[in-house]
Amino acid sequence: MATARAERLVNLVLCLLSTRQYLTAERIRAIVPGYADAPTDEAFFRMFERDKSELRDLGVPLETGRTNPFDVAEGYRIARRDYELGDIDLEPDEAAAVALAARLWDSPELTGAVHGALIKLRAAGVDVDQDTSVAVEPRVRTSEPAFPPLLAAVQAGQAVVFDYRRPAPVEVRTRTVEPWGVVAYRGRWYLVGHDRDRDAPRCFRLSRVVGGVRTVGKRGEVRSPEGIDLMSFVARTEFAATPPAPARVWVARDRAQGLRRRAVVVGERVVGGEPGDLLEIELRFPDSAAKWLAGFGPDVVVLEPDVLAKAVGERLLGALRPASGTEGSEVGA
Amino acid sequence: MNSSNERLPRLLALVPYLLTRPGIRVEEAAADFGVTPKQLRRDLELLWMCGLPGYGPGDLIDLSFEGETITVSFDAGMSRPLRLTAAEATALLVALRALADTPGVVDTDAVQRAVAKIESAVGEAQQPGVVVGLAVREAEETAEIRDAVQDAVRRRRAVRIRYYSLSRDEITERAVDPMRLLLVEGRSYLEAWCRAADGVRLFRLDRIDRAEVLDEAAAPPSHATPTDTSSGLFRPDPSQQTAVLVLEPDARWVAEYYPVDQLTELDGGRARVLMRYADTSWMVRLLLGLGGEVRVEQPPELAAEVVRRARAGLARAESLAALR
Repeated sequence: MATARAERLVNLVLCLLSTRQYLTAERIRAIVPGYADAPTDEAFFRMFERDKSELRDLGVPLETGRTNPFDVAEGYRIARRDYELGDIDLEPDEAAAVALAARLWDSPELTGAVHGALIKLRAAGVDVDQDTSVAVEPRVRTSEPAFPPLLAAVQAGQAVVFDYRRPAPVEVRTRTVEPWGVVAYRGRWYLVGHDRDRDAPRCFRLSRVVGGVRTVGKRGEVRSPEGIDLMSFVARTEFAATPPAPARVWVARDRAQGLRRRAVVVGERVVGGEPGDLLEIELRFPDSAAKWLAGFGPDVVVLEPDVLAKAVGERLLGALRPASGTEGSEVGA
Repeated sequence: MNSSNERLPRLLALVPYLLTRPGIRVEEAAADFGVTPKQLRRDLELLWMCGLPGYGPGDLIDLSFEGETITVSFDAGMSRPLRLTAAEATALLVALRALADTPGVVDTDAVQRAVAKIESAVGEAQQPGVVVGLAVREAEETAEIRDAVQDAVRRRRAVRIRYYSLSRDEITERAVDPMRLLLVEGRSYLEAWCRAADGVRLFRLDRIDRAEVLDEAAAPPSHATPTDTSSGLFRPDPSQQTAVLVLEPDARWVAEYYPVDQLTELDGGRARVLMRYADTSWMVRLLLGLGGEVRVEQPPELAAEVVRRARAGLARAESLAALR
């Protein structure tokens, strides 16, 4: 920012903080250094409008009003109690927590905002040492392209429209959602909100948003339901718990270590000339078990349950024949 | 936010900052604001020209310089910083709440006290609209490993670990010098200097099968640098190979779960991706598991290996069925 403009804005803030009267634009033009440079009324008003919006963007609470009812024009002032950050005094362990929290984000939007917050806390007399070393260092990334616009929409209370790809059945559909919040859960980002098309609360994975996010309707129109726990909503919707399921498998000698570390050896058997062990295992994620076990190829054969053995066999058969179609043709190509 | 947009917030924060720290050194103040001492001096010169209407000697902000130190003698009514904006409060409070809800990261009591104080200073307690859960899906045995590893990091002790390497499907024993515990994308890792590999490595806690804290100080060499997590944990490396895969709709999760380059949308909801991989045996296991939901276009050796392993797997299942 040019020195002249920065100087004018600092002087404007100091002037409006020091007055109890509302000062009209004309009065401000006369007293705050820098505005006298404006050659015409029009140039001055343009300059002043820009300055006001700059201050409002920074969160400076500019008040407008009339000091007495007979005043012709509205004036401006800054109420000190709305401007000033309240008293804050952090103990060293609290300041250390703040320093760690400030390092949580690997995200351009949030890192910048946290930096701004730290500057103000330091200016309030809090010592935040960002180089404090800690035993555990949590990091949260927001690399999804849909994150910034959805966060902005949540904060503005504005509905959004986006294309969303569902995995099963596969389809890309345009959704209109009243966003309640964005949630990071187990390493993934979700949008939670009211889906207008389904007329029901829904949870969307940000990585499945296709293309851009558009806002629709007015700002402040969307309100999230009182007392909603966004995190539990995601947990309930996306991670319905499945009980572990037992299985018996044959594993070639010294192979499939990833399976062995979770299993118990209950016997031995030679299969097709290959020595191996019989193992029992509790499958924690039965849904993805067939994928995992098929990955070991000839090193693992499922004995029980039968349905799992069949599912693994189908995966291996599938790997033998190329996926549908001979050549993939590009959409629109 | 570019540097020119940061100047005004800094100018408004500088005077209150200096008021609470009389006689602070220019370098120290510059470091706190993340600018060069030269820039800070420019800011101070500007503030010196600002003040209250009248703008006489007694109305202007007054700063005194003594050697390399600064003290404010008149603040022109700017004694407190501006309130946090909603975005600033959100970014900080959401991060703090995430820490508070995650036992074992920091003293959660201190975090909760900090949250309460910041909320009351910021004014209204607002609904943040962003919630971050750092907790990971963790089995009981991993909790024990976590305790041991955390203890080693705190007391700066070396650890002997029994580690399952997913990429090679191998279990090895190694002595490591712990550096820190990282919680990234819903998983916990021990970052340590691995003596066997002679480098910094990340060990996923749920793949550590045993951890024995040694009676020996952790001594990572001075050139051991912490991993930069800003662009994810999997980083491109010239030694990696690249596969060209066509994912059926059912296998699209691969592109969400693993870092892929160049995703091209194909007809029928399929996608072509370039995927880097360090270890062929790992890639073969992934592709076998995806059986039928993916087609390997490149490299041909990889496609052939998948077919070979699938055949062998089916043959083995048959000979086992014959035994029954």
